[in-house]
Amino acid sequence: MSITAARKAELDALCNKFRIDVIDVLHDIQTGHPGGSLSVCEILTALYFEEARVDGSNPDWPDRDRIVLTKGHAAPMLYRILAEKGFFPVEEMKTLRHLNTRLQGHPAAQDTPGVELSTGPLGIGLSAALGMAMALKLDGSDANVYAVMGDGEINEGTVWEACMAAAKYKADNLIAILDRNHVQLDGTSDEIMPLGDLNAKFSAFGWEVINCKDGHDLIQLCDAIDAAKAVKGKPAIVIAETIKGKGVSFMEGKNTWHGKAIGDEEYKIAMAELGGAK
Amino acid sequence: MAKANRDVYGECLAKYGESNKNIVVLDADVSSSTKSGLFGAKYPERFFNVGIAEANMVGIAAGMATVGKIPFVNTFAVFLSSIGLIGARAFGSYSGLNVKFMGAYGGLSDAFDGPSHHSLEDIAIMRALPNFQVFVPADEYETDWVVRNAIEVKNPMYIRLSRDAMKTVHNENTKFETGKGIVVREGTDCTVIACGLMVGQAVDAAEELAKKGISVRVVDMFCIKPIDRELIVKCAKETGAIVSAEEHSIIGGLGGAVAEVLTSEGHGGVPQEFVGVQDRHAECGPYQELLKKYGLDAAAVVRAVEKAIARKGAK
Repeated sequence: MSITAARKAELDALCNKFRIDVIDVLHDIQTGHPGGSLSVCEILTALYFEEARVDGSNPDWPDRDRIVLTKGHAAPMLYRILAEKGFFPVEEMKTLRHLNTRLQGHPAAQDTPGVELSTGPLGIGLSAALGMAMALKLDGSDANVYAVMGDGEINEGTVWEACMAAAKYKADNLIAILDRNHVQLDGTSDEIMPLGDLNAKFSAFGWEVINCKDGHDLIQLCDAIDAAKAVKGKPAIVIAETIKGKGVSFMEGKNTWHGKAIGDEEYKIAMAELGGAK
Repeated sequence: MAKANRDVYGECLAKYGESNKNIVVLDADVSSSTKSGLFGAKYPERFFNVGIAEANMVGIAAGMATVGKIPFVNTFAVFLSSIGLIGARAFGSYSGLNVKFMGAYGGLSDAFDGPSHHSLEDIAIMRALPNFQVFVPADEYETDWVVRNAIEVKNPMYIRLSRDAMKTVHNENTKFETGKGIVVREGTDCTVIACGLMVGQAVDAAEELAKKGISVRVVDMFCIKPIDRELIVKCAKETGAIVSAEEHSIIGGLGGAVAEVLTSEGHGGVPQEFVGVQDRHAECGPYQELLKKYGLDAAAVVRAVEKAIARKGAK
């Protein structure tokens, strides 16, 4: 059953708040990755606030679902959402990328409550997510593992090794969500490394593929994730079409905003667009 | 002749696999070589052959470790310490996940397959990783302990094994402890600090040298990290000359670790000779002949000890 329009409105409001806070902190610290943080906002929100079984007051709950941000550079959005879930105080966002912080530039599971895996090096996160899924099955747990991946990340060959293995081990408790924003650090994915027919590729690797035409629409996203959960006997991937830099007009679709410091004038424009001007 | 080290390892894994249901074993399509397949035959539900995909294997193992499993990942040392390195660093070292990296066919032991399959840099690579413990067992007793210890102790570990047989230097009464070298033979003129195969070679060398009236102490430094600083300093003080001996490049391995201790503890003036492969690749051939040609036999240790003793007191 789809989420209601009222619920969607609540989640949209949360997303808008997250965007404002992430732009705010990235402007403050003059470092970090805005583009991919903005594109993955609804995907993470759908998981943490609607689809996944997580409890901010109990990060070590054995039967929790695992959400693994394999595209670790979107850490600012992950941290903002974890804070909202109560894993740590929202105030702590100010310490992002500072000395002595628990909020490292890329997610560090050993430091930050709620972070399931230390990521940053691209390509090996899906393997680890698969390992979690396999171990949970061994333990008889019904928990799911969600791997939130970037489309640039799947340039890495190890992703496809993990895809083969996930099919071999019939990891139907593994759900990948591809943040298909079509842009990577140096250019568009078509320019840097064309990905071709992803539906055909993942299908050929033995995965169920579920397309989400608008990865910023919470109803569509939740429906797609529900469909992925229902898949039995094989892993599933939701390919969510997104826009890099979503919500800030001058960042949208621009590879230059993969990891650039936000200037004061740009900050003002972004805040005005997001309705967060102070 | 002692049993091949890989058989000892595989049998230990199968033997101790019963003790803890959290033990899982992964292999990258070489389980009949690494002998992890002996575990797989007994516990198929906890054995995962992930194909020729070492980086993926390490990643899967790391994910399993987050759920409380004790994963042993198995492939040739040369591939584990190169293709498997990204996960070793990100998940084992940085995140501290409890993965056991079992480097099969260490050193020149995959002799006939040639330099592409020899592993002469793995100790240097893996000991550079923070939080890792690094072990190089010298015989069957030590291999048995290392496997049991890896099951019991929650810490990422690199354990370097051999394809071949190694001389037995310990017995059922030997006490093994992380971070503690073992004096396997007393001596006063020089200390050979060795690991793996080279411990047996050092014992043979010490016997040769005894005939010439030279008294050589042999230390089995099977735990490369954390290394036994105290024992190294004691040997430097008591014997005044050190030889490091390893089936590895002379760069960055046991010899490097020993030199770091000597220098930082104020014993940089104590002569140290390095037995190992001299910053080059070897070639294919019969194992014993390779060991001789590339300076990893007892004769090479004898030469190094004589040189180290000759350097004592020289400016």
